Amino acid sequence: MKWMLLCWMLMAPWVRAADALPMAEDPQVEARLVVIAEELRCLVCQNESLASSNAELAEDLRREVRKLIRDNKSDTEIKTYLVERYGDFVLYRPQVKPLTWPLWFGPFFMLLLAIWGLWRYLRLRKNALAMQHASPTDSFDTAAHKD
Amino acid sequence: MNKKFLIPLGLFAALVVFLALGLTRDPREIPSPLVGKPAPEFRLPTLTSDKPFSPSDMKGKVWLFNVWATWCVACREEHPLLVEFSKQSRIPVVGLSYKEVQAQDQPNGPLNDADKLQLARERSLRFLQRQGDPYMLSVLDLNGSVGIDYGVYGVPETYLIDRQGVIRYKRVGPLTPQILQDTLLPLIQTLEAS
Amino acid sequence: MIPELGQFSLVLATVLSVVLGVLPLWGTLNRNTVWQSLARPTALLQFGLVLLSFVCLSLAFLGNDFSVKYVAEHSNRLLPKAYQFAAVWGGHEGSLLLWVLMLTGWTAAVAMFSQSLPLAMVARVLGVLGLVSVGFMAFILFTSNPFDRLFPIPADGRDLNPLLQDPGLVIHPPMLYMGYVGMSVAFAFAIAALISGRLDAAWARWSRPWTVIAWAFLTFGIGLGSWWAYYELGWGGWWFWDPVENASLMPWLVGTALIHSLMVTEKRGSFKAWTVLLAIAAFSLSLLGTFLVRSGVLTSVHAFATDPARGVFILCFLAVVVGASLTLFAWRAPAVTLGGSMGLISRESFLLLNSVLLVVATGAVLLGTLYPLVIDALNLGKLSVGPPYFNLVFAPLMVPLLFVLVPGTVAHWREARLNDMVFELRWVGLGALLLAIVLPFMFGKWSAGTALGVFLGMWVALGSLQHVVERIRKPGRIGGSFWGMHLAHFGLAVVVLGITGVKSYEVERDVRMSLGDTVTIAPYTFRLADMVDVNGPNYKATQAHVEVLKNDRLIEVLYPEKRRYFSSAMPMTEAAIDSGLLRDLYVSLGDPIAGDIPSWSMRVYYKPFVPWLWTGVLLMVFGGVLAALDRRYRRRSVSPLQTAGEALSSAS
Repeated sequence: MKWMLLCWMLMAPWVRAADALPMAEDPQVEARLVVIAEELRCLVCQNESLASSNAELAEDLRREVRKLIRDNKSDTEIKTYLVERYGDFVLYRPQVKPLTWPLWFGPFFMLLLAIWGLWRYLRLRKNALAMQHASPTDSFDTAAHKD
Repeated sequence: MNKKFLIPLGLFAALVVFLALGLTRDPREIPSPLVGKPAPEFRLPTLTSDKPFSPSDMKGKVWLFNVWATWCVACREEHPLLVEFSKQSRIPVVGLSYKEVQAQDQPNGPLNDADKLQLARERSLRFLQRQGDPYMLSVLDLNGSVGIDYGVYGVPETYLIDRQGVIRYKRVGPLTPQILQDTLLPLIQTLEAS
Repeated sequence: MIPELGQFSLVLATVLSVVLGVLPLWGTLNRNTVWQSLARPTALLQFGLVLLSFVCLSLAFLGNDFSVKYVAEHSNRLLPKAYQFAAVWGGHEGSLLLWVLMLTGWTAAVAMFSQSLPLAMVARVLGVLGLVSVGFMAFILFTSNPFDRLFPIPADGRDLNPLLQDPGLVIHPPMLYMGYVGMSVAFAFAIAALISGRLDAAWARWSRPWTVIAWAFLTFGIGLGSWWAYYELGWGGWWFWDPVENASLMPWLVGTALIHSLMVTEKRGSFKAWTVLLAIAAFSLSLLGTFLVRSGVLTSVHAFATDPARGVFILCFLAVVVGASLTLFAWRAPAVTLGGSMGLISRESFLLLNSVLLVVATGAVLLGTLYPLVIDALNLGKLSVGPPYFNLVFAPLMVPLLFVLVPGTVAHWREARLNDMVFELRWVGLGALLLAIVLPFMFGKWSAGTALGVFLGMWVALGSLQHVVERIRKPGRIGGSFWGMHLAHFGLAVVVLGITGVKSYEVERDVRMSLGDTVTIAPYTFRLADMVDVNGPNYKATQAHVEVLKNDRLIEVLYPEKRRYFSSAMPMTEAAIDSGLLRDLYVSLGDPIAGDIPSWSMRVYYKPFVPWLWTGVLLMVFGGVLAALDRRYRRRSVSPLQTAGEALSSAS
């Protein structure tokens, strides 16, 4: 028994477990892939990004994108490559073009409109109340304290 | 009635109109940006020969390009229709065998290219023998790259390509007699006339 | 027999809801108090019948009655009993029955807890709720009946989607529906007020606790959904701006605006028209959400199996309910009085700003969610709007909101002085600024985005703390409203800090591991100790034993699995999570890798501050509950002023 134990102990340094290797062959390419793929849509899934989908087409497309990254293509070129084949649908970040101006500038204009509306309302209200001279429906809670 | 209080109702009415229109659309159907563009170039071996085929070999002809595979259940739906079409029409049908070799065919790790080619050819030819062969020839896209170039996302898909090699029409999903009659045949007639 | 009883019960309930929707309302028009007094008992009976129907469906599931089509589609003999019950709401038809159960439940609750309200008011509110119920019950009976039979009877069912076989399913939809449906109460109060022409502070006081409770449920439901996605989907994400997620966020945003607007209407009698509009909007967004999920117009993992006929029905229902409400609004709202005066800088104006920011945010989310549909409907193509858009558009709107939150709570009603507020908040501001500069360095690299997030979170947190400390020092009872508000605000701060932390400092490692291999994310090391096969009740799994060491000391063993359910071809990933106060360690088992030594792909995540997301949400929920249970909403005695006011208006 003892000699078996000795053998094992002698072997130990050679049987050291390794630090796990990354799944990706090239971590730098992979890092870029994840960033790009998160903005792309998996075409066969029901609303999943290319980065997280397990569908076969998604794996094929990731493979293509890796190839393009290794060819030193820019993010824009890679996205154009996919849009040429699959259309705008594949982009989760819609391109800014006349078709999407309402989408991209809408929220900003809504905010401006709302702030302007708020300003006007507070102003108009002040005038209207000044003309009324009284506030007829003050709260039943007479203790108008700051909570 | 103060007009501005009608604004919410007005906005809502517009919303309902769009939602109603939305009910008539299919959100999963993606139109192809390739319609009107030249068919992407490739050189691939066929089921019966190592001599590569390219779409430019078809210049001067109007032809159908059909993406299929033996594992594809929906393809079987359209297969009899394709066979019938190929018998009745002068228009050649070229097949694209898409990713014929799947993960389940390789339980012990990926096969080498030669083995993949052989397996794909054998299985496809066997299928065509049994079910009928509508194809002038079928090219083999084993890893799906050509499929990606053509914007394939769900087999079966069919492209109609004109004499100049420009894609004129794409159908995602199996061909139906309706589509054949209402869309494809009239378009073929127009393209042949030019 | 039992399914037939369930269906019959539902039919009876539908008849009752027609009665409830018509007679009491008519009774208020022609002063018939007998008809008005029908409202309460009808509401209670209606609920009883729907409950019976629901029980019958549950018994069909628990008894494996596969002659019922819905049961056969969503259950299985091997499915554990708890999931057999939860499967009742696992599909479209059953989840609608759950919805109706909750709607009649809320209606019954309003019937029971409205003793201090005048009868006419109760009649109107319950009447409106009854009308809404008619629509949903008709929808079920005509297009989505869970009691339809199946012939020939299959020996076994198809099984519940494995993704749903999880405790999250048992509780997330019911809580979410409680929130969605709860908004119908505020809606009913608003419509009742518009109909009666009686839009005043009393109406706001009655509406508020119901709205806050509904909001609390909705907050809880959304939080649960997020948490569930996080641990169930296997890649550590918790919000994806999926259309169905957005459908739940929008009523929540408007609901938040509504609660704050009700405050002003209750206190100063102001913003009545705006508050009513918000109440209509909140419930309308709930209905819109129902439409989006069940009609098939949008693609989502959440969407139920669809049928165009159903989409048309819901759209018509939506058009009628919201259209009628907004028409009523356009007609009645202009006559509403203005309420108390307010300065440009006052608590009222801050709360109005809160409304504005939340409504614009809702508008932005709605725009992004529906834009693809609009473009497609106009035949202009197909495009996608995803997380990059929403993150870019939503975050900048939240920044000013979080900022004005604190001054909003200290501003005086009617008139506030900016200088006084700045002085009062000087320590809060400085403290938040300091922490924003220093803290990011402690956790990793510093960036402006991280600092901004920390600043805003600390600003709100410290603001609440200072306010509470000051108030405690003063004499007098502190009501639930006060504690609730600050707890909820503090919870929001915790969520903001959580989001900032996890987005700034999370680490992911995607590795291949064989037995004995390790991967390190300092100071943690993960070691694959063993891989075993496990048998579940309706699945087989490969289970990894992953040892987690901190500074070389073993602190935990995690057991991520890859399951193969008998009923499904798709393998399911069950991630394993070690949750701490400040971080989560998340391990997800991937596919085996072909090779000489057996190895597997593994994803290991270090997610700092994620537990703060869930904690913060819970704090918000508790805050809401505390605020709603404030004693002043529960007092039975009615003040003389109030009785006089009611006598006057019921004469009109």
